[in-house]
Amino acid sequence: MGMYAVRLWSVRHSRLLESFYQGFERIIVRLDPLWKRIGYERLEQPVAAVERQVKGLLFDCQMCGQCALSSTGMSCPMNCPKNLRNGPCGGVRANGHCEVKPEMKCVWVKAWEGSQQMLEGKAILDVQKPVDNTLKGHSSWLRVAREKAGARAQPEGRAS
Amino acid sequence: MIVDPLYDPGDPLPPLPGHSSRGRLERVLRSGKFAVTAELNPPDSADPREVFERALVLSEVCDAINATDASGANTHMSSVGICSLLTRAGYAVIMQISCRDRNRIAIQGDVLGAAAMGVSNILCLTGDGVQAGDQPGAKPVFDLDSTSLLETIRTMRDEKRFLSGRKITVPPAVLLGAAANPFAPPYDYRPIHLGKKVAAGAQFIQTQYCYDIPLLERFMARVRDLDLHKKCFILVGVGPLASAKTARWMRTNVPGVHIPDQVIARLEGAQKQKLEGKNLCIELIQQIREIEGVAGVHVMAYRQEELVSDVISASGIMKNRQPRPQARRPAKERIA
Amino acid sequence: MTRHALTADRTATRARGRLEAVLRRGDFALTAETSPPDAGAPAPVLARGGCLKGLADAVNVTDGAGARAHMSALAAAALLARDGIEPVLQFTMRDRNRLALQGDILGAAALGIPNILCLHGDDVATGDQPEAKPVYDIDSRELMRTARRMRDEGTFPSGRPIEPRPALFIGAADRPTDPKPGWKPDALLAKIDAGADFVQTQYCFDMDLLRRYLARLADHGVLERLFVIVGIGPIASAKSARWMNENLFGVQIPEEIVRRLDGARDQQAEGRRICVELLQELSEIDGVGGAHLMAPRQEEAIAEVIADSGLLSRRSAA
Ligand code: SF4
Repeated sequence: MGMYAVRLWSVRHSRLLESFYQGFERIIVRLDPLWKRIGYERLEQPVAAVERQVKGLLFDCQMCGQCALSSTGMSCPMNCPKNLRNGPCGGVRANGHCEVKPEMKCVWVKAWEGSQQMLEGKAILDVQKPVDNTLKGHSSWLRVAREKAGARAQPEGRAS
Repeated sequence: MIVDPLYDPGDPLPPLPGHSSRGRLERVLRSGKFAVTAELNPPDSADPREVFERALVLSEVCDAINATDASGANTHMSSVGICSLLTRAGYAVIMQISCRDRNRIAIQGDVLGAAAMGVSNILCLTGDGVQAGDQPGAKPVFDLDSTSLLETIRTMRDEKRFLSGRKITVPPAVLLGAAANPFAPPYDYRPIHLGKKVAAGAQFIQTQYCYDIPLLERFMARVRDLDLHKKCFILVGVGPLASAKTARWMRTNVPGVHIPDQVIARLEGAQKQKLEGKNLCIELIQQIREIEGVAGVHVMAYRQEELVSDVISASGIMKNRQPRPQARRPAKERIA
Repeated sequence: MTRHALTADRTATRARGRLEAVLRRGDFALTAETSPPDAGAPAPVLARGGCLKGLADAVNVTDGAGARAHMSALAAAALLARDGIEPVLQFTMRDRNRLALQGDILGAAALGIPNILCLHGDDVATGDQPEAKPVYDIDSRELMRTARRMRDEGTFPSGRPIEPRPALFIGAADRPTDPKPGWKPDALLAKIDAGADFVQTQYCFDMDLLRRYLARLADHGVLERLFVIVGIGPIASAKSARWMNENLFGVQIPEEIVRRLDGARDQQAEGRRICVELLQELSEIDGVGGAHLMAPRQEEAIAEVIADSGLLSRRSAA
């Protein structure tokens, strides 16, 4: 199975991956004290390497460091040649393929399909902020763990 | 000079309460009139007169002129450049900004620059891929996308600050627009996508060329379900097709253009294809006008500007309009 | 006053700006710098740069200086041009790809902006939006090549014709250095080959260093092929002189100038006096085409220095 086929598989099983990730996220957020003890900085490189392997295999992840998969039906928006994070461009071909790379299905056509199977599929409606290019290559998991744990520590506070 | 400096269709105008801009387009839209916008084909020239000549033909029959930003990824005079020329002569313009060629630093600067030149309307676009143009080796930028661009400009206008939080002393008073393409997949996501753009700040919408009324009607029905037609003004894109051959060419080469086979067959069967294309366009405008929730049309007549005025007058959409008040003051004074 | 081989006109057919005309005539040119405001209105542009009218031959308009967003250089330059102040439109490679740059060049020409300056641009990390994507699609030399092609051949790089062509006077940046034995001005020669008609340099307050530098440029035939406009400016205080030495790459303000500022009662006035003296000295140095006056957000100081230098009244009749 080629990389592209795996990516399509992941979108088809977006619901499964969603549940899996939700569990996974709960664990890594809960382990925040441990991460703190080891030091987030020290963890950055090894965790990013693992994340790159796992998500690279499943999603062709580009390691933007600010994962949006939960809001994009498990179809990585950084594989869109225009890096669109809020929805498809107007150039999608009649057969649902990409304007720029005609051999590829439009990332957002897949995203829409994937999101409809998900429990939290409505997240596709959230307006995504512009990409922070300084986060490229960094672990998104660690960022989520740190931010969500931080938000929980101060009940009134917000993440970030 | 071809343009009489006193010829002044009227931007920017005195501010009105509740309006985002000082532009004529916003007034026309808010007053409930059926609005007409038209696209100017940008020149490959360093001569301002070419811009004025092309604008003059259009301005007589429309409420605002779109200045494209290297559409089809072919570079021409930049939209800031065109707008700077047109606003000087008093024209109402819609400046298009695509995310393909500039990062957020340049775009925010262009927004302020445009406002300083008297631009009252900005249309936020993703931009066609560089592969569509004659310099496919150019680097696609896409630092922002059209939705985050809308939100960025809204922040600049309403909160008087850049994305970084730094203060802006005089915010850009612009009406914000976005594009929509009801004629490309994923069809059932398109109305939702529109909602997202409205949430990000879009106040008016200009769509891709419409040659498929049933598809548009389906889209508009969903838009009405979501109440979006009350939250933004939707202008549907139209344009005369010169021949069946052009139609085929556009369909395969211009990203996002959908032309049904029946349309091509109708052109092919006609004695005079160009005339048929024009009549088809007039009919489309009349049908579009009847659809609930449509606020106007956006005419794009690639290389056929001379037809725009005919098409619009024949369609009758400007019939009950007051003739535009002619300027009493020189345009320059108004901008400064 | 120096007479260049360059004063022979190479492009008699195109409309020339004041800067180019002054340089080709062999007069000492004076350029200044202004940065666009953080406003969506025209008045602040003129409030800042307007005082230079009639004094500076051309005024550089910075493009996202310090990697921060300000009003676009093109719009600010257009506003200055409309008001009778000739701009030098700066282009950095950081924020735009080739399509945008070419479009802006045509726009600039149509708006009556005759001069452009092609720069690399400060790193996005130094600005207030480090999360922005740096573009760098082409480098500044490639932009000069493109601009020259648009002007001389009347085509875009794709070969598509431009009619009429943009009239452009093409500039690049430079940094005078103390030439080591064997040093060759390779970078500058490459810029000339790419199409540079003139350079504006980083601040250079050390006239001896400058003389050594120019001598070396002359050895390599640079001065016959391009105009060198030397960067200089009124220093606000001894403190800012020290800051400049520490923070501006390649800037070395001689100790005696810092000491003179330190000893002055009114340091700001002294800074301007020093600048006037340096200007006068510069105008006597062979091979210097003119001076480029920079003082962030102090356009009036520049205007004052130009007026006090008396250089404008010494010009040959136009
Ligand atoms: S067609 Fe889809 S994947 Fe291709 S550029 Fe447009 S949004 Fe991105």
